[in-house]
Amino acid sequence: MPDLIAKSALHGTAPLTLAGTTLAEAAPGPITSIACFPGTLAEVAARLGGFPVPGRVAGDLVWTGPEQAFLLGRAAPDLAGIAAVTDQSGGWAALRLTGPRAVQALMRLYPLDLRPAHFPPGSVARVPLGHMQSVLIREEAGFLVLVFRSMARTAWHEIETALQSLDARARAGLEAPSS
Amino acid sequence: MRLTCPLCGPRDRREFYYSGSEDYLNRPAADAPAEAWDDMLHLRVNPAGVTRDLWYHETGCGSWLVVTRNTVTHEILATERVADRKGGAA
Amino acid sequence: MRLPRKGLIDRTKPISFRFDGASYAGFQGDTLASALLANDVRLVGRSFKYHRPRGLLTAGPEEPNALVEVKDAGSQTPNTRATVQEIYEGLEANSQNRWPSLRWDLLSVNDLAAPFLGAGFYYKTFMWPRAFWESLYEPLIRRAAGLGRLLPRHESATYEKAFAFCDLLVIGSGPAGLMAALTAARAGADVIVAEQDSRMGGRLLSHDGQINGTLAADWVKATYKELRSLPNVRLMTRTTVIGAYDQGTYGALERVGLHLPAQPDLPRECFWRIVAGQAIMATGALERPIAFADNDRPGIMLASAAQTYLNRYGVTPGTRVTIYANNDNARTVARQLIADGVKVAAILDSRPDASSLEDCPVFLGARITGTRGRRALSRIAVHQGGNDFQIETDCLLMSGGWNPLVNLACHQNARPEWREDIAAFVPRPGMVPGLHAAGSANGAFSTLACLSEGRAAAQAALAALGRTAPAPDLPEAEDDPFRVTPVWQVPGRGRAWLDFANDVTVKDVKLAAQEGFTSVEHMKRYTTQGMAPDQGKNSNVAALAVLADATGRGIAETGTTTFRPPFTPVSIGALGAGGQGLGFAPQRFLTSDQASRDRGAPMVEAGLWYRPSYFPKPGETTWRHACDREVLMVRSSVGVADVSTLGKIDIQGRDAARFLDFVYTNTFSTLPVGRVRYGLMLREDGFVMDDGTTARLGEDHYLMTTTTAAAGQVMRHLDFIHQAYCADWQVRFISVTEAWAQFAVAGPLSKMLLNSVLDTRLGDFPFMSCGDVQVEGVAARLFRISFSGEEGYEIAVPTAYGEALFRDLLSRAETLGGGAYGMEALNVMRIEKGFITHAEIHGRVTAFDIGMAKMVSAKKDCIGKAASQRPGLTRPAREQLVGLRPLTDTAIGAGAHLFNPGDRVHRETDQGYVTSVCWSPTLGSWLALAFLQNGRARHGQRVRLVDHLRKTDVLCEVTDPVFLDPEGAKLRA
Repeated sequence: MPDLIAKSALHGTAPLTLAGTTLAEAAPGPITSIACFPGTLAEVAARLGGFPVPGRVAGDLVWTGPEQAFLLGRAAPDLAGIAAVTDQSGGWAALRLTGPRAVQALMRLYPLDLRPAHFPPGSVARVPLGHMQSVLIREEAGFLVLVFRSMARTAWHEIETALQSLDARARAGLEAPSS
Repeated sequence: MRLTCPLCGPRDRREFYYSGSEDYLNRPAADAPAEAWDDMLHLRVNPAGVTRDLWYHETGCGSWLVVTRNTVTHEILATERVADRKGGAA
Repeated sequence: MRLPRKGLIDRTKPISFRFDGASYAGFQGDTLASALLANDVRLVGRSFKYHRPRGLLTAGPEEPNALVEVKDAGSQTPNTRATVQEIYEGLEANSQNRWPSLRWDLLSVNDLAAPFLGAGFYYKTFMWPRAFWESLYEPLIRRAAGLGRLLPRHESATYEKAFAFCDLLVIGSGPAGLMAALTAARAGADVIVAEQDSRMGGRLLSHDGQINGTLAADWVKATYKELRSLPNVRLMTRTTVIGAYDQGTYGALERVGLHLPAQPDLPRECFWRIVAGQAIMATGALERPIAFADNDRPGIMLASAAQTYLNRYGVTPGTRVTIYANNDNARTVARQLIADGVKVAAILDSRPDASSLEDCPVFLGARITGTRGRRALSRIAVHQGGNDFQIETDCLLMSGGWNPLVNLACHQNARPEWREDIAAFVPRPGMVPGLHAAGSANGAFSTLACLSEGRAAAQAALAALGRTAPAPDLPEAEDDPFRVTPVWQVPGRGRAWLDFANDVTVKDVKLAAQEGFTSVEHMKRYTTQGMAPDQGKNSNVAALAVLADATGRGIAETGTTTFRPPFTPVSIGALGAGGQGLGFAPQRFLTSDQASRDRGAPMVEAGLWYRPSYFPKPGETTWRHACDREVLMVRSSVGVADVSTLGKIDIQGRDAARFLDFVYTNTFSTLPVGRVRYGLMLREDGFVMDDGTTARLGEDHYLMTTTTAAAGQVMRHLDFIHQAYCADWQVRFISVTEAWAQFAVAGPLSKMLLNSVLDTRLGDFPFMSCGDVQVEGVAARLFRISFSGEEGYEIAVPTAYGEALFRDLLSRAETLGGGAYGMEALNVMRIEKGFITHAEIHGRVTAFDIGMAKMVSAKKDCIGKAASQRPGLTRPAREQLVGLRPLTDTAIGAGAHLFNPGDRVHRETDQGYVTSVCWSPTLGSWLALAFLQNGRARHGQRVRLVDHLRKTDVLCEVTDPVFLDPEGAKLRA
C-alpha cells in the first residue's frame, strides 16, 4: 500500500449540471496502450479477446491509432514480443458528459460530425477538443472525453463554457426559431 | 478545406500539419551524391494543378498521408497513408 | 407612418427604444429601420465622404446608408445596419459620421467642395510635399476616415463558435429555399435551412401575393410548421451564410443575442462552420437603384424596400409617393400602395411601351432629371416626351431591375455570366462543387419559377447524395414574365450616385475610365466603389455598366470584380470566438502546480506549460535574490525541481535500437540496459533539431526525452521517419510525457534526500544510470542525470502520485537546508555548465557549430548526416558556440551582437550574437553563451558586445562554453 496519495486530474471538482446536461470527472481505471508490432494483429486480438477496427470500441478496447488501442479498466495480459504495452493511466484525464445538450455542447468544440447516425454509441475518434488532442468515445448514455492530464482544467472550462452558452440560449427562449 | 484520413474519415483541415512535397519520401542512399540530397531537400516543383504532398494527421491518429490534390480547383483527388506504400528507403 | 392592421409585427407588444437620444416606440417584430420609418424619422445617417444627409435605401442587410452604433452594457457596435437590427426594450442606437449632430454636421462642407473631391482626389492631392505625409496628411485623413467608433477597451461580451454537419444546406428561405427544404426533408435528408432574417419566408414576407389560393405568408407558415415538425430538419434563423469554402464547408454568422438586451453568458453572435454534402443557394436577388441626379436624398428608396416596409411592418414610407422604374415588378408595389390607401402621385416608367393600368398618373418613357429637399425629399424634376415638369413628393421609389445574389457561387473565384434578357449576372452551374443555385439567385423571378427551381435543385442535390424521392407537387403561384429595359445612368445635371455607402457617382466612374483605369478591378480601387460595408451589393453591376459604356465595351466583356467572403460583415469577436484571453491556448499544469503556488512561486509559460519561475522567501525583493539563493542552495545542499514538462517517448520493439541509431547522430544500440546517453537529433537538412537523454530500460525498451517545447515536433519527426522509411520494422512508440511526474533532485545532498524517500537505499548508481525503484510504496523510475552540473537524479512516479511526492521531497529537502528551485535558477545553472537549450539550438545551428561534430557517427547513416557534412556547414568561419565573460561588471543581455575590438559596429563586421546570459552567483560574474565566428579558435581573445536595445557596449573575454567544473567531477561524485 503506497504512502503517497494518488490524485486524479480534476481531484475535488464537483460535477456540474447546466441545461440538463452533466459534466463530471470519470474514473475509467487503468489505461494501457497496446500497439501491435507489424503482422501481429491477429495474435494480439486472440490474447485480448478482440481488437477494435478504426473508429470503434470493442468491449474494453478503444481504437486510438494505426493498429493501436487503449485497454480501459483492466490490466493487460502478457503481450511480450507481439505488441508494445505502455501504461498511460495517469496521463489522461477523463470527463463524462451526459444529457440532452451533450452533442450540442461538444459541437462547439469538436470539428467532428457527431450526428447519431455518423457517430453512434461504440464510436471513438482521435480528434482535437479545441486546441487539445483528445480521445472522444460515444457511450450509450453520453460521451467520454480523454484529454492529456495537464490540460484537464482547460478542457473542463471549455465544456463548461459551451454548456453555459447553451443554457443562456435556453433561458432566452432561443431554442425554437420563430416564424 | 477537408481531408479524408484513410483511418479516421473526413476531417477538418485544422487537424492536419502540412509538410510540403512528397519528395521527402524519396530519401537518397547514404552515399548518394550531393546533387541527389539537394534535389530531395531543396528543389520543389510547385505546379498550378495536380500536386502530391505530405500531411500529418497531427491531432488525429498520427498518420502521415500523401494527398493528391489540385491547387487550382482545390479538389482532393486521393489520400493514402505513407506507411501503406510499398517499399521505402533505409 | 404606421398603417392599421397590416404587417407581421406583434401590436400587442410595444417596445420603446432610443435613437440619437430621443425615445421612440415600435412593436415586437420591428427592425430599427421599420420602427424609425413608422415614427417618420427619415434622416438616419450621413454619407461617408460628403456627409450628405441620408435615409433608408433598402430594408435588408445590404443597406448602405442606415449604419448606426448600437450601445449596450458592455459594448458599442458600430456600422450596425438599422435594417437588420431588431428593436428590443431599451435599445440605444446612434447615428454615425456626423458632428455635432445628425441634423447639423460640420463636415457636410465636404459636400460643397465636391467638385474637387472626385475619384482619385486623395491620390492626387496628398502627394506633396513629402514632409507632410506623416505629419499632416495622415492624421488629417485618419480623423476623417472610418465609420463608427469602437470602445477603446477590451470587449467583455461573449461570442461563440460551433460546427454543424448536414446532408443538405439550404441557404435562404424564400419560395425557392422553402420548396427545396421541403423536397429534401420529405426525402429524409438531414437538412439545415439558414436564413439571415429573424423569420423564414424571404421575399414572400414582403408580398401580398398568393400561393395555392391563400396569402403567400400563410403558405410560409404551413411549410415552416411542417419543416419544424421533422426531426431531420434544423431551422436556423438570423443566420447568414457568409462564405463558401472547400469540400462543402460553409461559414455562417448567427446573430444570437443581438436582438435582446445583453444577458450573462448569452453570446452576441455564433460563428458556424457548416459542412454540407450538398448545398442550395436560394439567396434571392437585390433590387438595383437607378443613377439619376441627386438620387440619394432621404425619402428615395428601393421599391422592393417600400414593399417590405408596407407588407412586413405595416409602415408606409411616405404620404405622397412616386415610383420610377424600368420593369414590371416595381409596378405591383404601386398597386399595393394604392390599395392600402397611400397616395401615389405618379408612376414614371422609363419604358415608352410599358402599360399604364394603375389608378394614378403614369408617365411612360419618362426620366427624373433632378430632386429637391435638404434633409428629406420634397419634389422631383421629370422629363418626358419633350416636356419638363415637377412633382411634389416625399417618397420616391426606384427600381432599376434585379441582381441575383450570386456571391456565394463566386467565392471560389469562378465568374458569373451575363444574361442580356434580364440584364443581370447569373451563376453558372458547378461554380462551387455541390452548390446549386435556385430561384431569384439563379435569375428566375416569378414565384412559381422560384418554387419550381427550388424543387429541382433539391432533387439534383438528393441525386448527388444518392437519394431518390418523389417530388412534392408544386403549389400554384404567380408566374408573371419579368420584363426589364436597362437604365444604367439618367442624363441630368448634378451628381448621380452609384455607391451610396462610399459616395461614388457616375462621374467618378467615368473619370476613372478617362484616366485609364479601365479594368473593373482598377476602377474599383481608384474610385473605392464597392469597398464600403455593403461591398457594392447595391452598386457593382450599375458601376461596371457605366464603365462598360465609358470604355465602349459590353457588360459581359467588362466583367465583375472578385466576390470574396464574407457576404456580410462579420465581427472579429465572432471569428475569434473562444480565443479571447485564456481561450487562446490550453493551459498545461504540473502536478506540483498548487504546491508551487502555495510557496508563492510566480508562474512562467514554457510552451503551454506553466512552470514556477522562482520560490521567493521573506525579505527577497527581486527575482534575482531568489534565483541567486536557489543556485547556491543547489550547489551547496540540495534542490528539487519539477521537470515533468520534458517530452518523454516510450519506444519498444526488437528494432527500437536500430530506429534510435537512425534517428540520433550517435549510437544507441551499444547502450547497455540500465544506462542513459545524451543524444543529438538532426533534421534531414543537417541542422540540429533537438537533444536530450535516452535511457535503455530493457533490451527492446527505451525512454527518450525531448526538450519541453519540442516534444510535439519530435513526435511528428519520429512518426515521419517510422512511417516513411521503416514502417515494417518492429518498433512502436508513444508519448508518456503525461504518464509520469518527474522531479530533479540535485546537489551534494541529493542522494541523502533520495534515500529518505526510497524504500530501499540506493546502492552503486553511477552517473548516467537508470533503474526501477520504489518510493514510499510506489513503483518509480530513477535516472542519474544532471542539468545543473551537480550530482543529480531525476525520479519519476506515475502522475497521480506527482503532487504527493513533490510536497514530500520539498519538505524533506527543507530540513536538509535545501528546497525548491525554479526555472530561473535552472537556467543559471545550465549556463554555468554550458548546457544548451533551444536558445542555442534555434534551428540554424549544426552539430559542428555547437562543438558536437564528433557525435555524428561515422559508422552509420542517420537522419541529417549527409546534409550535415556539406562544406558550408562545417567551415571554420561559421559561428561557433563559445562562452563570454564581460571584463567589467556589466549587465548583459541575450540578443546582443559581437564585434572585433576596433571594428566599426556594422552588420558587415558582425562576428556573432549572444543567445543566453545570466548572473552567476557561483562565479560572481555575468556569463553568456554566444555564437562567434571561428569561436573555438578564439578562446582567450576579446570581443566587443554591443546591444543597441539595452544600450550596452562592453568588452568580453571569449571562453569555453563550460564555465564550471569542466571535468565533470561534481556530476560523477
